[in-house]
Amino acid sequence: MSDTQENTPKEKLFSAKNKKLLSDPIGKDNPITIQVLGICSVLAITVQLKASLVMAISVVAVMGFANVIISLLRHGIPPRIRIIVQLTVIASLVILVDQVLKAFVYDVSRQLSVFVGLIITNCIIMGRLEAFALSNKVWPSFLDGIGNAAGYGSILLLVAAVRELLGSGKLMGYQIIPNFMYDIGYVDNGLMILPPMALITVGVIIWVQRNNNPELVDVS
Amino acid sequence: MEEYLNIFVKSIFIDNMIFAYFLGMCSYLAVSRTVETSVGLGLAVIFVLGITVPVNYLLENFVLGSGALSWISPQFANVDLSFLTFIMFIAIIAAMVQLVEMIIEKFSPTLYSSLGIFLPLIAVNCAILGGSLFMQERNYANLGEAVSFGLGSGVGWFLAIAGIAAIREKIRYSNVPAPLRGLGITYIITGLMGIAFMSFMGIEL
Repeated sequence: MSDTQENTPKEKLFSAKNKKLLSDPIGKDNPITIQVLGICSVLAITVQLKASLVMAISVVAVMGFANVIISLLRHGIPPRIRIIVQLTVIASLVILVDQVLKAFVYDVSRQLSVFVGLIITNCIIMGRLEAFALSNKVWPSFLDGIGNAAGYGSILLLVAAVRELLGSGKLMGYQIIPNFMYDIGYVDNGLMILPPMALITVGVIIWVQRNNNPELVDVS
Repeated sequence: MEEYLNIFVKSIFIDNMIFAYFLGMCSYLAVSRTVETSVGLGLAVIFVLGITVPVNYLLENFVLGSGALSWISPQFANVDLSFLTFIMFIAIIAAMVQLVEMIIEKFSPTLYSSLGIFLPLIAVNCAILGGSLFMQERNYANLGEAVSFGLGSGVGWFLAIAGIAAIREKIRYSNVPAPLRGLGITYIITGLMGIAFMSFMGIEL
């Protein structure tokens, strides 16, 4: 087995390399703003912070476990049918998440509607399984999954916070903008609730991020 | 006939996959660099959606839904397999994508090589699974409606990707601020296109 060789250097659970796996995707290697993966769901469910929070947690759970399972199975999966195997693993995990959400937070589950199911086709998960879990050991894969899902979740929460605050003056359903502001003529920006503004918000986030990290600028 | 046309037009313009639901954004952003490849991918998406939505409709109504198995024998009337929806839908989609891939490879090798990795990735294109899940959620009355919904969504996606590709080809000559180049400006243009498409909202056919 080729695995014995990669096992020999005994690493600590949170060595510098493993920490990097966890922290890189949140910042410099963010799946959404840099790798352009998994954008579909970011945009549609970010009207409210609460729904986004539930979504982010679901994705972290699915992705962590999918990476672990694929990493455990990586020597047993024939390469030709690996996509089907991956999809089956992800779909089973998503079914679990969907049932849990329906049982405990039914109203949010209604609000997310088809987007829970669409975690299956979230490109981040497939992308990380292909690029990382298929060729790495279990623990790094788990960290990589959690890290990427957290990077995804952080953008999700940021966009949702901006949209909910500007669009309806609330966060998590609690009113933030005080009433006297409305009395003196402040008006919620109704455009922020509409879907296209999610795209523009993400565009601005990318702008800010690349402005601060000139090495990320797309030269083409 | 009228209601089929109605659903068709509605799913192209009002419930556009990209501008109203943001489905299939990954390949939309990644493949839209030139018009030619994006037209190819758009056609493939129309084709796959046009097949998978009706197939999944039949699956939903004759296998998965609650009581759907009663056509085999009355004793299955209480069986509800709807928790298997996701896994069955994605299996159908993956199989269909494989089929499309083989067809394109046979008849248009140039298109096949220019689409590259994105052809197999249609299987994980959210627009495809999203189409099937919306079909399930909206309870279309018969197969014809499911077909027109699938084709309409595909055409809507095709229009969106062709449009953004054309704009991106032109914008290459513009002086965009450096940090916005590439991805950032594409997001913002898509947002503006989405606002434009919202003018179709509320149209009753």
